[in-house]
Amino acid sequence: MRRISLIVLLALAFPALATGAARDTKLALVAYSTPKDAYGQLIPAFQKTRAGQGISFSQSYGASGDQSRAVASGLPADIVALSLAPDISSLVQKHLVPQSWNKDRYHGMVTRSVVVFVVRDGNPKHIKSWSDLVKPGVQVVTPNPFTSGGARWNVMAAYGGALRAGKTPKQAQAYLAQMWKHVVASPSSAREGLQAFLAGRGDVFLAYENEAIFAQKHGQPVQFVIPKATILIENPVAVTSTSQHKQQAQAFVNFLRTKPAQRIFAENGYRPIIKGVTQGLNFPVRPQLFTIKYVGGWQSVQTRFFDPNHGIMAKIIGNGG
Amino acid sequence: MIGRYGVRFAALGYLGLLLGFPVGYVFWRTFRHGFWPAWHAVTTPDALHALKVTLILAGIAVPANTIFGVLAGLAIVRYRFRGAGVFNAVVDLPLALSPVVVGLALLLLYGRGGWLGGHNVVFALPGMVLATMFVSLPFVVREVVPVLREIGTEQEQAASTLGANAWQTFWRVTWPAIRWATAYGVVLTTARALGEFGAVSVVSGRLAGQTESLTLYVQDRYQSFDEVGAYAAAVVLALIAVTTLVLMTALKPKEETR
Amino acid sequence: MAARAEALPAPKARRSAAPGLAIGLSTLYLSVVVLLPLAALAWHAHGWDAIKSPQAVAALKLTVSLSLVVALINAVAGTAIAWTLVRDRFVGQSFVNALVDLPFALPTIVAGLTLLALYGPKSPVGVNVAFTRWSILFALLFVTLPFVVRTVQPMLLELDTEMEDAAASLGASRFATFRRIILPNILPAILSGVALAFARAIGEFGAVVLISGNLPFKTEVLSVYVFGRIESGDPGGAAAASVAILAISFAVLLAIGGLRRLVTRHDR
Repeated sequence: MRRISLIVLLALAFPALATGAARDTKLALVAYSTPKDAYGQLIPAFQKTRAGQGISFSQSYGASGDQSRAVASGLPADIVALSLAPDISSLVQKHLVPQSWNKDRYHGMVTRSVVVFVVRDGNPKHIKSWSDLVKPGVQVVTPNPFTSGGARWNVMAAYGGALRAGKTPKQAQAYLAQMWKHVVASPSSAREGLQAFLAGRGDVFLAYENEAIFAQKHGQPVQFVIPKATILIENPVAVTSTSQHKQQAQAFVNFLRTKPAQRIFAENGYRPIIKGVTQGLNFPVRPQLFTIKYVGGWQSVQTRFFDPNHGIMAKIIGNGG
Repeated sequence: MIGRYGVRFAALGYLGLLLGFPVGYVFWRTFRHGFWPAWHAVTTPDALHALKVTLILAGIAVPANTIFGVLAGLAIVRYRFRGAGVFNAVVDLPLALSPVVVGLALLLLYGRGGWLGGHNVVFALPGMVLATMFVSLPFVVREVVPVLREIGTEQEQAASTLGANAWQTFWRVTWPAIRWATAYGVVLTTARALGEFGAVSVVSGRLAGQTESLTLYVQDRYQSFDEVGAYAAAVVLALIAVTTLVLMTALKPKEETR
Repeated sequence: MAARAEALPAPKARRSAAPGLAIGLSTLYLSVVVLLPLAALAWHAHGWDAIKSPQAVAALKLTVSLSLVVALINAVAGTAIAWTLVRDRFVGQSFVNALVDLPFALPTIVAGLTLLALYGPKSPVGVNVAFTRWSILFALLFVTLPFVVRTVQPMLLELDTEMEDAAASLGASRFATFRRIILPNILPAILSGVALAFARAIGEFGAVVLISGNLPFKTEVLSVYVFGRIESGDPGGAAAASVAILAISFAVLLAIGGLRRLVTRHDR
């Protein structure tokens, strides 16, 4: 009798003993589309680590804004990795991501990039700086900041670039209006913008460095120039409040900031957030680099510039006729 | 005889410019590196799964909309009821909504916090089926209604006075007259269901390998600069549509040639 | 005999179940699949800024006018194509017939990419309309191609040739025969297809969005503007604009229905 109860006890205790170790957990990763290749390499790398044993992933990739809205509408997610912080802030407002998501030393970010100018072969119009965009005859292609949240980086890079060049805020706003007059196509997404440019439209396309590198890696004839003054793009990642596996999800997010993971990001065209992983890769330092804080921080920028009815860009674009 | 050749020339010219040239381009982009790269591109596990999803979506939406189409056609034309005109116009409205808004409407209804939220409708197949049904709704109705008006009720009335019940009248008198129309309606509905992207994209949640339809797969390949993959998947969709047409025309018994 | 009788009073008693069933079931289906989502959309519609802004008005004007033009071109071209596919005989006819639905089955991205490559800056035939309003016309004509063709085809197949033969034997020219005998009979089908084409053109997003360049006030169509509202965190405005579009489309569709009744009443 005793032996049986001992066996029963052990049988009952075993699962309890096993909780710390490998048990099949499925994490839902909801991300924007560009890092798909990167995560395709990162997930297997994570699964080889101790923390990642027995963890499998379901993955969803799409435009950052679309994904944010999907999670807000109930798409199950343990980890959200989006293109810009406001797409996560909107989830914080809906209590789907904890307010503390960006209170760590990386401010919630996982990768970086910069705004660049994609130009024609040989850069025949010698486009190197923001002032070159408004020279007579220069045709600019940029995604529309109202249909593509990511395109807001472009606008703020232009604004900040004007500030760096010594303009006052008012003059910088006038610069934005002037630049908009040179825009000959404002596609609804970054990818489409590149497509339009490669199809022959415009002299310069405002893009993000990581997307330009990604295109080059995939055989597209992309040449780009990084202006001296440009904005530091930072891409956030967060564990959701609704996650049923917060510990494992956090383990994955922590992994993303380790050297091996950041090296994978760097090889995929992203600027890393830690030092020491860019040997052999070319990420030129820009002397007049600035962050979104330099132009006011996202909260202020969203309202001042991109409110659909009263924002500065709404007025500029709305007067475009 | 300019009339006949003029019309043919104009029609074929228009089709060549707007249809032949683009379709030819799609096939060229698919096969320019040979047949096997294209074949491999559409036989990856993700592609095959996406094909399965698309076939499920069409497999449910098309029969449902066909039955609805015939019933609604009869309701509008034969059984004049109050609001038939409004009903008729409402049937076309799904087309006027841009696909993004269709997705938004479905999320508002079935998503978190929506009126019918919380039942695993969106971000799963049911939501995608509903989106597909929504966007491909009008076609059978639109085909059947003009024909029903055209043929008139004489034969049906004759059948009725001879003692046929509703079903027999329908099957033996009405149906043979609207068969062609229904067939073309099915072809249009199927093609639309196959090619739908926007609305399905929003409600699917884009879960790789799970809720990706073939059009979403095309988008995914396009994002990755995989030209052959994107165009090859599009060719698969085109072939399914053509097959549907061939089946529909083959099933119809040969009538007297005109 | 291809009479054009409208529904005479339905025979009573024996068939009383059928109408109710048909009406009831189809209304139920329509409500669940279409009306419920539309109601949810209308419920969340909020704010007139999305509709009043000059940008919205410009997009609306552009979209509606182009859609009307597209509907008209389709009425003529679609009929001609349907005629060629039914009444004519030439080599490769069934091949051409099979192609007609492809604009529908191809994902709109592919349509956009293809049109951009063929009729854009790198056009192999030197036709460059991309990033202009013409490109929107092209794209819309592409995606609405099957409509009128496929609604007129079955009608032509169903039509009796007796009257045409009679007219021909009486010496009427082909054109007169077409205008007086065939056209009135297929006009309802044409209008049916026109309604579909108009509605689709109003709502089209994917095929237009790449090739048009989306410049507000110049080449931005309504569907892209509405998408911009959603992306900018104003789904209520997007819903409001969509409801407005629906109302306009509804009015046009009712008008087309009225036009049909007008046309068919003529020949009683």
